[in-house]
Amino acid sequence: MKPRTWAILAAVLLLTVLPLWFAASPPALPGAEAPAMFGGSDDRAQQAIGSLAPGYKPWFEPVFAPASGEIASLLFALQAALGAGVIGFWLGLSVARERARRADGAQDARAD
Amino acid sequence: MHIMEGFLPPAHALGWAAVSAPVLAWGLHAMGRSLRAHPERRMLLGVAAAFAFLLSALKLPSVTGSCSHPTGVGLGALLFGPAAMVPVGFVVLLFQALLLAHGGLTTLGANVFSMAIVGPFVSYGVFRAAAALGLSRSVAVFLAACLGDLATYVTTSVQLAWAFPDAVGGFEASFVKFAGIFALTQVPIAISEGLLTVLVVNAMARFNAQELRSLPVMALGARKAA
Repeated sequence: MKPRTWAILAAVLLLTVLPLWFAASPPALPGAEAPAMFGGSDDRAQQAIGSLAPGYKPWFEPVFAPASGEIASLLFALQAALGAGVIGFWLGLSVARERARRADGAQDARAD
Repeated sequence: MHIMEGFLPPAHALGWAAVSAPVLAWGLHAMGRSLRAHPERRMLLGVAAAFAFLLSALKLPSVTGSCSHPTGVGLGALLFGPAAMVPVGFVVLLFQALLLAHGGLTTLGANVFSMAIVGPFVSYGVFRAAAALGLSRSVAVFLAACLGDLATYVTTSVQLAWAFPDAVGGFEASFVKFAGIFALTQVPIAISEGLLTVLVVNAMARFNAQELRSLPVMALGARKAA
């Protein structure tokens, strides 16, 4: 891999890891206790709706909810694995194809 | 950016579904036509869809002390045009709504609008603009993916602020509140998505140069960058 590729990967890693130390504490909404660190922003929006429209009741329930946080993370991991699997297949195929092409080229050169 | 199940009033839920449904139909049509004309693009479309699947499953910590996920739809929009990514984003959101209780069926229209319509179209527009300005391909790809991701979260903030205006400050005050939750959190995550998209496009330029040159959008960027 080129140095630039490494630099980009390092930057993504830092962007993801550094917030764990330097993140600001989430502000507490009036009338609610301070939310836990690193909860989902979706949940925080749900709390904000609760403070903007205290009378609002969700009018529809999810048809299927994962039985626990563990099951939910299993399904999220499955989703990521599907994506990563396809990308890995393509990368492996591409590298092998390029290698085969180069080997062909070398053979042709010797034959000449 | 997922608006949770039941958290949009029925009128809003229906309205966003009515806006998104025809765009989805058009996207399916455009994708089918593109694949019939260029079957060799199937592989790269698969990679673009896989990228969206992978990235939208990763909830990353951010500087605001909460977690959010990239969308991954910018890549496909740059390769195949924004219409092709509408069905892909729809499938991702449907999967999460049905199996993960993440987002929902009643809010699917609104979520499709922000992640599968606004995101790809902004990415595409930014890429065209950056290429027209003569920026290099990597810079154009980075800006496109990063700003498309941010645009998705700004859209979600607008949707929620519209449905739940502040009692005193109205739409603006409510928008500031939701944008503080969504858009601010998204800034470092959008930068990450931009960088990762550059990596994938670089790999495609190396391994799939031929296919890439036949893609109208990328060809434009490559010509300008050359």
